[in-house]
Amino acid sequence: MQPDAQRDIYFDHAATTPVDSRVVEAMLPYFAERFGNPSSHVHSKGVEANQELDQSRASAARLINAPAETIIFTSGATEANNLAICGYLEANRERGKHLIISEIEHYSVINLCLKLRREGYDLTLLPVDKLGLVHPDKLHAAVRRETALISIQHASSEIGTIQNIKELAAIAGEAGVFFHSDAAASAGNIPVDVVDLGVDALTVSAHNFYGPKGVGALYLRPGAKLEAQIIGGFQERGYRSGTENLAGIVGMAKAAELALAEMPQRREHLTVLQQRLWNGLSQKYEFLHFTGHPSERLPGHVSFWLEYIEGESLLLFLNVYGIQTASGSACASNMRGQDEHDLAASHVLTAVGVPAEYCSGSLTVSMGKDNTEDEVDYFLQIFPQVVERLLAMSPLWADKLKGKNPYQ
Amino acid sequence: MPEGASPYSKKVMDHFVNPRNMGEIADATVVADVGNPACGDMMRLYLKIENGIIVDAKFKTFGCGAAIATSSMLTEMLKGKSLEDAKSISNQAVAEALDGLPPVKMHCSVMAEEALLKALEQYNRSQEQKPESFEV
Repeated sequence: MQPDAQRDIYFDHAATTPVDSRVVEAMLPYFAERFGNPSSHVHSKGVEANQELDQSRASAARLINAPAETIIFTSGATEANNLAICGYLEANRERGKHLIISEIEHYSVINLCLKLRREGYDLTLLPVDKLGLVHPDKLHAAVRRETALISIQHASSEIGTIQNIKELAAIAGEAGVFFHSDAAASAGNIPVDVVDLGVDALTVSAHNFYGPKGVGALYLRPGAKLEAQIIGGFQERGYRSGTENLAGIVGMAKAAELALAEMPQRREHLTVLQQRLWNGLSQKYEFLHFTGHPSERLPGHVSFWLEYIEGESLLLFLNVYGIQTASGSACASNMRGQDEHDLAASHVLTAVGVPAEYCSGSLTVSMGKDNTEDEVDYFLQIFPQVVERLLAMSPLWADKLKGKNPYQ
Repeated sequence: MPEGASPYSKKVMDHFVNPRNMGEIADATVVADVGNPACGDMMRLYLKIENGIIVDAKFKTFGCGAAIATSSMLTEMLKGKSLEDAKSISNQAVAEALDGLPPVKMHCSVMAEEALLKALEQYNRSQEQKPESFEV
């Protein structure tokens, strides 16, 4: 097989998306021309910036059907998750010291809550089923009198599963517990309506829907109390100080407008690509196992694991052929770490019951609005060649062919 | 191979994409397994030894890019070496021959060294166990 040097296929939209050219265009004036500080209320540049900030807030709010004044712009989803959790706990200390999150949260939730546990909070990590769903009964059973906060992600970037947040938030609501959802992977890609979902707080990330990196937002239900985590000059109603990243915020707003307007077409297109890839892989190998929910999943998202093959070598080989994907393999987890102790198999994969010895063979293919059927076909043509190549190298596969169980 | 950006050196990528000596030796003198699938990497090293010289070396590896490249480089370094010289091949030497590895991947080169030591140990043991009457 000859690598096609012309190919540059990006199938890792769960990691980040390209900034839409219309978003770039909308942002450009806010660097050198309309550079004013929204806090400079008196002069023209400042007034102009402040008006733009208001309009952008309205656009970002519309994406999740929220009133404009409920939006707090942040530097991204990590900050929004930290603000929601720490900010709520600090402002509501009388609420008790018990937290509930799912086992498959993003690191910005899970690592933060593990830190809070070290500091004295009691933490419940809710298990998920094999498809990645949190069961309402399990949440119901976990809620206690001293539960202060529940945080459950809307959709998983790794296995694609979309949670039934409406049902989970209702359980929290009945118990009078603050409910936050990290919608970084879902907002802008599928409909997210904070009123319908019934959440108290929700995290949005711009770079997951063709907006710029370095900007996100936290929705906070009117009336909810939150303690600022970045203290300074009262920007964002005092919830998040620091001169606003106006160009980024304008970009996020434009990306939100486009996402809202184009969502039906994008989803339809991505569903076609997803089905095409799914069909092409599903009958191919008995040792290929899909992860996540078959229907309640992010559009354009296909994830699976393979026996006998290690994920990083799969990624590297696919990259040689111009295809960029992701893996939950420990070996691919932290290339910049100090030593092998910085490597760990994905907590999401182990949570959905993938045995640790198989996590290493996982692959996440997340397609975007600009991918084509031709690219999916190219993937389906290259993938078996890469798999065969790696099987030929694998001592585990050699054992399997000789009738031995290589995993024993 | 296109010049794509990679966390690995060109040499590592070359040995990963075009591994040398990948496969099995049907009449190998020793076969050594190290690592395990739970850790995400496993290497099987085949050596054919004649008169104290490694005349052939092959491997099969389940693992990341660094694991495959170090397996490939190790077999290249072993071929034609005397057992005495082979003994002194360290994981650092294999990593250096590949123009270095990311720090987090150095343990993959340790796996190659372990495979070599285990193979040599197995060979020595098999030599000790040989009854005298069978000596030529």
